[in-house]
Amino acid sequence: MNIVVAIKHIPSIADDVPVKGNNVDFDSVDFVLNEWDEHSIEQAVLIKEAVGGTVTVIGVDLIGELDNALHLALAKGADKVVKITADDPAADSHMQAKWLSEAIKGMGANMVFAGVQASNDLDGQIGPMIAAYLDMPYIGGVSSVEANSDSATVNKEFAGGAGAKYSVSMPFVAGVQAAPKPPRYAPVSKVRQMAQSATVEKVAPSGDASSGLTFKKMAPPVVTGHAEMIEGSSKEVAAKIVELLKSKGLA
Amino acid sequence: MSNDILVITEHMDGKFSDVSFELVGKAKELAKALGGQAAAVVVGGGVDANVFASDSTIQVDDAALSQFNPEAYAKVVEALVKEKSPKVVMFGWTVTGMDIAAWLSARLGVPCAAYAKDVRVEGGGIVVSCQAYGGKLTAEVAPEGETAIVACLAGSFPAEAGQGATAAEKIASPVDLSGLKMKFIEMVKPAGGDVDITAQTKLVSVGRGIGGKENIELAEELAAKLGAVVSASRPVVDAGWLPRTRQVGKSGLKVKPKLYLMLGISGAPEHLEGMKGAELIIAINTDKKAPIFNVAHYGATADLFEVAEAMLELL
Ligand SMILES: Cc1cc2nc3c(=O)[nH]c(=O)nc-3n(C[C@H](O)[C@H](O)[C@H](O)COP(=O)(O)OP(=O)(O)OC[C@H]3O[C@@H](n4cnc5c(N)ncnc54)[C@H](O)[C@@H]3O)c2cc1C
Repeated sequence: MNIVVAIKHIPSIADDVPVKGNNVDFDSVDFVLNEWDEHSIEQAVLIKEAVGGTVTVIGVDLIGELDNALHLALAKGADKVVKITADDPAADSHMQAKWLSEAIKGMGANMVFAGVQASNDLDGQIGPMIAAYLDMPYIGGVSSVEANSDSATVNKEFAGGAGAKYSVSMPFVAGVQAAPKPPRYAPVSKVRQMAQSATVEKVAPSGDASSGLTFKKMAPPVVTGHAEMIEGSSKEVAAKIVELLKSKGLA
Repeated sequence: MSNDILVITEHMDGKFSDVSFELVGKAKELAKALGGQAAAVVVGGGVDANVFASDSTIQVDDAALSQFNPEAYAKVVEALVKEKSPKVVMFGWTVTGMDIAAWLSARLGVPCAAYAKDVRVEGGGIVVSCQAYGGKLTAEVAPEGETAIVACLAGSFPAEAGQGATAAEKIASPVDLSGLKMKFIEMVKPAGGDVDITAQTKLVSVGRGIGGKENIELAEELAAKLGAVVSASRPVVDAGWLPRTRQVGKSGLKVKPKLYLMLGISGAPEHLEGMKGAELIIAINTDKKAPIFNVAHYGATADLFEVAEAMLELL
């Protein structure tokens, strides 16, 4: 089984996301791996463990710092890692999906996985776009994939624990929402070992696409309401909450 | 090309989701401002489609569309968009809309604005407000070209404006649906046997800030003292700390309790979809800029463990 996982390096939302002009201030933000990519890598490695095959992880290197994420993927069980050397932190999903598709095209993938979404997917996610560019079907919200010989049984989630099972012939693209197991932990020593020994294949970006969106403004949301903040030490906060709940007959 | 708006509605088990009505309501307003018509598109049968306030409704009926099938639905929508050249195609940014909107955008080479919270007409075109970066930033974007796709977050517009009784015109699939690569096998029902969080008046809801499975007990204790039940954000469930039946949000359950006490939940748009109707929302979070504070009624920038333990002593 030949599985390709397309990942996205994105601005971290752990802290404030700084803005410059009409876009994120890419120079003063940390880039991190999209959280759903951890699930698609895990799903790919689980399939490899079940039926054999190879897992290739590929991403666009936007700021020259993708290696960390790629070494981590290797430590978790990927066999091969590829970076598209773009050096364009503002590349949108369309652009990245196009570059990724061009690079994936010759890989003979049976399945391509991507995270179901990323927090900066203003113009949509890369998964369905890669599917469109490669003329493969796309299924998102995926919570498990079992590979058979030339098809896979795919679970798609709807809501509230409901979902549906599909049989999908290969090749196809899946947007992974959650792997059947929580993403595994890779020990730092193993990641470090990969950083020293592994080769990251480099590919130049090829192809052109654009979101067709003009950014008119980017700013923290205009807040129409804000919580009434309860100040004080944790003990004082607790006392005030308990008092509030009692006054409303809720405690 | 036209100034029409095409709304791709969503239904399951014979019922339309609220977002369908929300989109139709908004589409009417936009169509009026643009001088076009708002058309609702219903893909698949098994549902009474005469329920929208749209200018027209088309229902595409075919055996291959009897259950949601991302490939078949995408093909049908693509054919309709090509045929009708609307100015705007509206989707819900939902577990089904997300399968099609961006695919269609790349397929047809037309822009897509996702995470949309609002759409307005400006100078004959549209401007879309999108809530990106986990709700930390809002972007205003203007799509170029003659057709644009807008994928809207559920709960962005009132549903009432989209409710009506326009008679639907039934049509056969505009595209050949034989030879699909994707086949629906069966529905997967939610696991039963757990408490129903949608039936609770009080919820203590934990997020990733709870840190680990071993800390769920603290939330359980606090909930027990309050006569509440513990619910959670998605990462807590994905990590296996609580069962799927406890998940609140877009891909979880929608709850409307009298009390929703949040411990270590950031307030991502996907979580808000499930709980913003709660009567009293109290959020404890160490990040004073957590988006949840824009939605909660009361908040405290504090450590959830310290606050929960102090509350236990007082209750
Ligand atoms: C298609 C789709 C569907 C989704 N459906 C859902 C859904 O149904 N429900 C859902 O919840 N999410 C859903 N998500 C995920 C959603 O995007 C967010 O990832 C998720 O809501 C974040 O959960 P969280 O707030 O617990 O975690 P985080 O965003 O990581 O937030 C953790 C918070 O805890 C705070 N914190 C940390 N330590 C402490 C402490 N000691 N004391 C106090 N605060 C602390 C941090 O400041 C932070 O704000 C969905 C995503 C997708 C793509």
